[in-house]
Amino acid sequence: MRHNGQRRNLRTLLMTSDGALSVMVVLLGFLCGTILILLVGRNPSGMYKAILQVLTGYNIDRGRFYVRYVGEWLAQSMPFILCGLSMAFAARVGLFNIGGEGQYVVGLTVAQFVALLGPQIPVMHWVLALSLAMLAGAAWGGIVGALKAKFEVSEVVATIMLNYIALYASRIFVMKIPGTNTYKTPDFPVTALLRSEFLERLTKGSMLNLGIIFVVLSVIVYWFVIEKTRLGFALRATGLNKEAARCSGIPVVRSIIFSMAIAGAFAGLAGGIVSLGSFKFGRVLAGNDGYGFAGIAVALVGNNTAPGTALAGLLFGMLSSAQPLMESNRIPKEITFIIQGLVVVFIAIRAGFRIFIRYSMKKSAIKETVIDE
Amino acid sequence: MESVAIELIGITKRFPGVVANDHVNLTVMENEVHALLGENGAGKSTLMSILFGSYDPDEGTIKLRGKEVRIKDPNAATALGIGMVHQHFKLVHNYTVTENIVLGIESTDRFGMLDLSTAEKKVAALSEQYGLKVNPRDRIEDISVGMQQRVEILKTLYREANILIFDEPSAVLTPQEIDELMDIIRRLKREGKTIILITHKLKEIKAVAERCTVLRRGKLIGTVNVADVSEEQLAEMMVGRAVKFEIEKGPAKPGKVLLDIRNVTMKNSRGTRGVHNLSLTVRSGEIVGVAGVDGNGQTELINAITGLSPIDSGEILVNDKDISCMTIKERIRSGVGHIPEDRHRHGLVLDFSIAENMVLKNYDKEPYSSRLGVLDYAAIVDNAEGLIGQYDIRAGEGAAMKASNMSGGNQQKAIIAREIALSPDVLVVAQPTRGLDVGAIEYIRKRIVAERDKGRAILLVSFELDEIMNLCDRIAILSKGEIVGVFNEGEVDEHQIGFLMAGSVKNATNVEAGR
Repeated sequence: MRHNGQRRNLRTLLMTSDGALSVMVVLLGFLCGTILILLVGRNPSGMYKAILQVLTGYNIDRGRFYVRYVGEWLAQSMPFILCGLSMAFAARVGLFNIGGEGQYVVGLTVAQFVALLGPQIPVMHWVLALSLAMLAGAAWGGIVGALKAKFEVSEVVATIMLNYIALYASRIFVMKIPGTNTYKTPDFPVTALLRSEFLERLTKGSMLNLGIIFVVLSVIVYWFVIEKTRLGFALRATGLNKEAARCSGIPVVRSIIFSMAIAGAFAGLAGGIVSLGSFKFGRVLAGNDGYGFAGIAVALVGNNTAPGTALAGLLFGMLSSAQPLMESNRIPKEITFIIQGLVVVFIAIRAGFRIFIRYSMKKSAIKETVIDE
Repeated sequence: MESVAIELIGITKRFPGVVANDHVNLTVMENEVHALLGENGAGKSTLMSILFGSYDPDEGTIKLRGKEVRIKDPNAATALGIGMVHQHFKLVHNYTVTENIVLGIESTDRFGMLDLSTAEKKVAALSEQYGLKVNPRDRIEDISVGMQQRVEILKTLYREANILIFDEPSAVLTPQEIDELMDIIRRLKREGKTIILITHKLKEIKAVAERCTVLRRGKLIGTVNVADVSEEQLAEMMVGRAVKFEIEKGPAKPGKVLLDIRNVTMKNSRGTRGVHNLSLTVRSGEIVGVAGVDGNGQTELINAITGLSPIDSGEILVNDKDISCMTIKERIRSGVGHIPEDRHRHGLVLDFSIAENMVLKNYDKEPYSSRLGVLDYAAIVDNAEGLIGQYDIRAGEGAAMKASNMSGGNQQKAIIAREIALSPDVLVVAQPTRGLDVGAIEYIRKRIVAERDKGRAILLVSFELDEIMNLCDRIAILSKGEIVGVFNEGEVDEHQIGFLMAGSVKNATNVEAGR
């Protein structure tokens, strides 16, 4: 009987808490991943060993700590978290920002330009580069918001189109920089890089850089703006019921433009941090980095909340930095993409999960009444 | 001796958190008109959905003419001769009457081609037999709501239903159309049909029903012979306590004009005429009612005042200030309150807590927001707790309760509390009691009268003529986007208003007297 009660508690938890459902979905994704590994005849422990090493730096087979892996994990997670926040912010206002990729590319491109052409003053240089990257992303998102608010252009279509424009415009402009070949620009001056000797020493030479400060700040700002400010109140009201918000005098048009611009700023910052943190030269993009699209999944798993998105971003970062370790453990690295995909699919059908839970709750309720009688 | 048509025995239906039907019994005799009475949420619709096969009961049995049956879906119900006339019609608007009726059971000729002419003849014959006066070739979009309802009736007759369930059939009709509907129901009975009438309108029950079963909060209260009980007794059974029908209100003491609508013309959402050259004044301390059939410009009139849609020409003065070009926010600040018709769409953010909903219009002002734009949740919750107490809003979890988890009546009370707390000079009230139970209706009407007595100007738009007649000091009748008459309280009766609503008599003789 007690066991039964616990089961019912779990069900109620899954019905009422989006967070609990997300955790369950992630576990389910790993379960399926494990089964797949077994099916291809490998030992799934290899995957979990890799994950453990990414999370704690501890390598079970050698019994040693490698802190560098933790640093790499955090560094990998940064663009996932920021692009997740970008998607999530728009989603809280009821918009589907599929343009994180374009906003990211615009931010990345602007950061590269400032890095190569801006004033080489220490600190100021990369601060300026990141600020302008954010502004560029905000403008790129804001255009979509304005189109949506003023002319009722679907933000989905507009963002997809702007993604292409951003990518190819970036190529054209970056190739114009003197000394650029078909894939890279000259090296950035040192003043533009986000490298931090302190962080590198702390993590024994990982790619972890000053960007992490901005990521943490972004998560806090997101939470504060959405939950604690009157702007956030207006945005949330607009997202949950646009008509009622309008009826109450909330400037819905402004809300939409604002939210797309802020969403764009997060993605633009991600672009800036990747370009100045992970590379020593500017890139002529041959294709999308994919963080913008991954951000959609991150926000979905994180239920569009600040802490949820941060955790989901860390999950995606963990999966991607576990890939090389998994390969060396004879686990096909594609399994991480499959787990990501499964998690997203499961999240997308969570309404279905809920229906199933409600159905099974009802069934056990009937069973109990029968027993009572 | 009459025989039993339907017997529902011990029907129980649970939804998560509620028992919609709790061991309900219902016996309907062959060829009777049986009313099912209850407040919103009493379980009438659930019970009928079970009979019609839309829901599976958790417990209980259904017997049809003494034989136990299992009705697994609406098709099974149809096969058993049970038909349902839904409250919200399920018709394809650009199809003809006949096409709608045969939809789903189209007959074809030898070559597999659609055979409409046979169906048309059958529809015409049925229409003739039951006095429905429906032309089988009319398109649905061209005929009135009352006629559309008759098409729904024909749909059930065409499928050879002999037990007809009417779900709140008079909700969308004018008084004349309601009278005609009552005649149709009597005619159906004469032709041997059994009828179940779901309603919360006591007058209709007295008019056509022989027996009446009353439900309250999912439980069976009892079945009575309608002839043996008064409307008051029925109401008491329904609510569980004595109910006052008449609102106690003193005479109006109108003061200066607070809302002055001058020659307003605007389009509706489809781009055709919404309201045309409409003028109306509301003074301080009076309630002016706008009567009319749904879709005659009420929504446009409300949108014009509240700013939800722009007007093409004319002026709207509040306190002698033209507000017609202001944003919605400026209008709220200028003293326009709005209790919207659709509380879920326009009134509340359902996923917000009640506290957040209570400050939806002034969240950006102190004390709820600091000058820097940071919200003060303590102040927001305080405000809500004050209003919850003052307006007797039942929120089990207090100020943090999600609006979607509250009952309709309490949601409406929350909106009213919010709007009144802003103390607007002009209060636009649309359908304030729609879908609410009698207790909440009584309370809300009292509040509206109290606001009048505080010197507010109140414009009440309602499709319930009773509400208008009961509550208003002056009545304006809206037909096809124009005011076709303004009368003082007591100058007109329901019938005259009904004729004006239908647009059959266009006189404006009393417009001057009403000004």
